[in-house]
Amino acid sequence: MAINGNTLATLKRGEKGVIRAVETQDPHVQRLMVLGLVEGAEVEHTSSAIGGDPLEFRLFGKGISLRQEHARFFHVALVGAGD
Amino acid sequence: MTKPAEIRVPANEITVATRSDASVAVVGSPNTGKSTLFNRLTGLKQRIGNYPGVTVERHVGTLTADGRSIELVDLPGTHSLSAHSLEERTAVDVIFGRMQGTPSPDGILAVLDATNLYQGLFLVQQLTELELPMVVALTMTDAAEQGGITVDTAELSAMLGVPVYPVVATTGAGLEMLRMALANIRDITPPRRMRVWPELVEAAKELAQHALEPLRFAEVERLLIDGPTEANEAVVAKLGDDAVARIDATRRALFEDEPPIARDARIRYAWVRDVLDKVQKTAPVYVTWRSRITDFVNRPVPGTMGLFVVMAIVFQAVFAWATPLMDVIDGATSALSAGVFEALGDNAFSSLLADGVIAGVGSVVIFLPQILILFVFIIVLEDSGYLARAAYLMDRTMRSVGLSGQSIIPMISSFACAVPGIMATRVIPNRRDRIATILAAPFMTCSARLPVYALLIAAFVPATSVGFLNLQGLVLFGLYLFGIVMGILTALVMRKTALRGPKPPFALMLPEFRRPNLQTVGIQLLGRATVFLRRAGTVIFAVTVIVWALLYFPRADDIPAGVDDNMAAAIQMEQSWLGRAGKVVEPAFEPLGWDWKVSSAVIASFPAREVVVAVLGTVYAVGDEADEGTLAGRLKSATRPDGSPVFTLPMVIGLLIFYALCLQCAATIAIIRRETNTWRWPIFAWTYMTVLGYVGALIAFQVGSA
Repeated sequence: MAINGNTLATLKRGEKGVIRAVETQDPHVQRLMVLGLVEGAEVEHTSSAIGGDPLEFRLFGKGISLRQEHARFFHVALVGAGD
Repeated sequence: MTKPAEIRVPANEITVATRSDASVAVVGSPNTGKSTLFNRLTGLKQRIGNYPGVTVERHVGTLTADGRSIELVDLPGTHSLSAHSLEERTAVDVIFGRMQGTPSPDGILAVLDATNLYQGLFLVQQLTELELPMVVALTMTDAAEQGGITVDTAELSAMLGVPVYPVVATTGAGLEMLRMALANIRDITPPRRMRVWPELVEAAKELAQHALEPLRFAEVERLLIDGPTEANEAVVAKLGDDAVARIDATRRALFEDEPPIARDARIRYAWVRDVLDKVQKTAPVYVTWRSRITDFVNRPVPGTMGLFVVMAIVFQAVFAWATPLMDVIDGATSALSAGVFEALGDNAFSSLLADGVIAGVGSVVIFLPQILILFVFIIVLEDSGYLARAAYLMDRTMRSVGLSGQSIIPMISSFACAVPGIMATRVIPNRRDRIATILAAPFMTCSARLPVYALLIAAFVPATSVGFLNLQGLVLFGLYLFGIVMGILTALVMRKTALRGPKPPFALMLPEFRRPNLQTVGIQLLGRATVFLRRAGTVIFAVTVIVWALLYFPRADDIPAGVDDNMAAAIQMEQSWLGRAGKVVEPAFEPLGWDWKVSSAVIASFPAREVVVAVLGTVYAVGDEADEGTLAGRLKSATRPDGSPVFTLPMVIGLLIFYALCLQCAATIAIIRRETNTWRWPIFAWTYMTVLGYVGALIAFQVGSA
């Protein structure tokens, strides 16, 4: 699957994606990488707070939350609709 | 000349008497069940203190097994050996043996959560490079099983090169094996290095060639990733001349444009995924109560509503459940004081004992019911994983005032008492963000403001109905709201001026809900209550005794014979240091409509605001006013020499505003000093809040009286 402009910020609730590229300049993004959001990791968008921000994802079975403004630095490839 | 015979003992036969046979650092990511395991291993044989110079708690316990006694140091949770927050930095400093007062660990107990091997192995892999004897405790194996996760422990152990012991900390299964291993940790061979990142190893080797002193290889590697910082300056010094330039050149060659932290994460997580493929199998999961709850709170609207319900329950509990207990304590203190006077007569000693010491202890103990109930709720919510979700749900709201979701818990705690609230800011990694929260916290209506509000509202606000609401209740609610608004405005202004900086970061692990462990809750409650008593209790006690002395001395010698006790007390009050001080400062408070009596009561309450009620009780216990019965009634009928009432509505509103805004709490000032490690912030907070209170009361009185 090619990168088609999807990022963690564009995933819909229940959708899964594999991280394909990370724009690493922002220190907050680097912190998220330390928490495991790196290329090759599969994530599922599970929830968002009121107003659509911050976002919550499931990463290897665990919940991790981040803000819209950082989510867009993580480019993902969709892996089919969530089930 | 005779020389005393020289006694020679071979060096290897000298044993230094130490209390433990080895010191082991307990390391793990947050939420791995690390503290539960630590409590299980050490029981009540643990001590809580602070690391020198920082406000991170130090938990040390002793484990006895196989005839040995091992000292366990429970480190703050960390995701990586590259520290991000103060707590992580503390953990890393202890691991590398550069924390003053804590011995360099002889071994590592790595705590690995079986339900979160992905993040856990990222840290554990880094720990294997320390070249220290190491044992892995695989926790939450029961939860992993329920979640359909099976871990091949033998394969994991082989890949890491260290023994892995599966344990269930809640039931104690597997703990005996772990205890034996820890007792004999010095016999364990440190793990062999894995070929995870050969380029880093090569670069570090080359850099360490010219080292002046022996150093730990893992520290050099970490130095290459983190760059020279204050934390690793000792390593830089050991590397010899022009070390900084050589480090710089090595890092440029190694990383080029890529941020080192990003490279570190990419390489190690790639290794972790390989390991996971080999050691972990996941089966489809069935719907459990956990996933049902999680699914419910995952929806934005029910989740937020749920948060408000939880907050309302905590509030209700802190105020309603604590009241009967507080009444009992209040009654017991009064009875005890009366008993002292009865037994010893009325003299300086009995007065010191009753009005100073007993009242002082009483004013500390009376806070305990609310504080303990608050602590129980916070610990249970924290342990169950809900606090992280509260921070997540409130992040957007808090961000609009320049804070992050992590500020919400300190704020809520401050409604009981600002001291635990300010202590709870430790979880906020960013210093500016944390200080803004600390400055906002004392504005929240704490339980010490309540008696002041209750007295003034009962005396001066009519109990009429406004619709289906009561006006008195409405005013109290207004004061709560006023405190919240002023606190938020303060945070907002600070974040735009002195604490201007990038928006606070927000990256948070949202743990699954789990049943809190009773032993963990109990031990944590004991620890936090002790800390509260030590920090706040001593200050409140000292303040009560000092105020007693200021009221008791110097003795009035012209009390006419035949006056009743109330009259005598009032005359003494006027003669005392405090009464004299009230008269001296009266001109300053005149524009607020206060007479010398109110002024001296306010002065007395600067170190502890709740004292004002007691002082007003003494000062207005005089003459005709005393006939009015209750203190509220006496305040209402208090007059100036010219016959006009002292407590006019504008003056009372001003007084309420003054108490809502002022930082009249020595314990809070002390805790701000402690938590910020400088006098600058407590002095600023005190000045700022006092000026705000004065101006607020001035405006209310002048506008209202015009």
